[in-house]
Amino acid sequence: MSQVTHKSRTLIAAIGDEDTITGLLLAGIGDVDAHQRANFLVVDAKTTQEQIEEAFTSFSRRKDIAIILINQHIAEDIRGVLDEYKAAFPTVLEIPSKDHPYDPLKDSVLKRVQLLFGE
Amino acid sequence: MSGARDNVFPTRMNLTVTKTRLKGAQTGHSLLKRKSEALTTRFRVIVRKIEDAKLKMGKVMQNASFSLAEVAYITGDISYQVRESAKSATFKVGAKQENVSGVMLPAFESQVQASGGQFELTGLGRGGQQIQKTRAVYIKAVEMLVELASLQTAFVILDEVIKLTNRRVNAIEYVIIPRIENTISYINSELDELDREEFYRLKKIQGKKKERAANAQRELERKATEKLAVADDSNDDGGNDNHGAAGSSGTRNILSEQNDSDIIF
Repeated sequence: MSQVTHKSRTLIAAIGDEDTITGLLLAGIGDVDAHQRANFLVVDAKTTQEQIEEAFTSFSRRKDIAIILINQHIAEDIRGVLDEYKAAFPTVLEIPSKDHPYDPLKDSVLKRVQLLFGE
Repeated sequence: MSGARDNVFPTRMNLTVTKTRLKGAQTGHSLLKRKSEALTTRFRVIVRKIEDAKLKMGKVMQNASFSLAEVAYITGDISYQVRESAKSATFKVGAKQENVSGVMLPAFESQVQASGGQFELTGLGRGGQQIQKTRAVYIKAVEMLVELASLQTAFVILDEVIKLTNRRVNAIEYVIIPRIENTISYINSELDELDREEFYRLKKIQGKKKERAANAQRELERKATEKLAVADDSNDDGGNDNHGAAGSSGTRNILSEQNDSDIIF
């Protein structure tokens, strides 16, 4: 196991619908770096699945992002990619949105827990 | 001999060395098993915490969205403005390492910096206070999310470590220890065989020595009896000659007579 301290990982990225992103940006997580890359993606009716997958993949590859927040109903759209994702950094956290309350049965991470314990 | 074994010379020194190795492997196995059990207990505790925290988070996010809806009601849609003014993050996370029963787990802690002039213009028209309130609510929510994320990373890493440790335990139990035991029994059987060969050789030599001794003894005895027989013969013939021709005992060997009688005319 690597003992590298992840001091450089400081940002929280977010993929969500408009309201969720607005709220999170109000809290101050928004960041646009020197290459004009934002650490958030607003998903609306026009966003395609490829765009969401691409955003997720690029966030997960960046070295300065520690946590990726994603609305659960959007996570459903890219469930395949999420289930494949096994890295420890950055952590992927599924959050509910205004219209879709949190459903623990769909969470990728909790599914892995169930695999382990068969509960 | 079934099963794999190490290729070593079957000497007594190697036997001791291999026995030490077996001891080491058994100690290692029990230690690793204990470590795996400790980690699994820790793991279950974390899983329970995560489940609780996720449910709580659902409620907190719900509250935050209500607050945002209130803002939208009062101020109108601020989302575009907020998105445009987000330039540099004021809410960051710092990482620190925690040692949990021998495993270095990372933990996140929220670092909120003063927002500076980020949202100064938002809500300038009206509802500025509500926006500030919503900001506070959302900051609290994100702090909670950061804690959850810490728990989740710990969970993922522990999962990997437990799998790794269990793999090692199984490897020692089903591959390494049987191999060493096979090696020990091989060395023992070879040593026994050498001993047997040595013993057999010794017995054979002893047998040959005895035979040789017995043969030599027989030779000696035979030679002794021969000499006696010859001496007896010569003594008997000398006595007959002195008493004249009468009473000849057997044939006379004239050549072997030593004392010829004088011829008197």
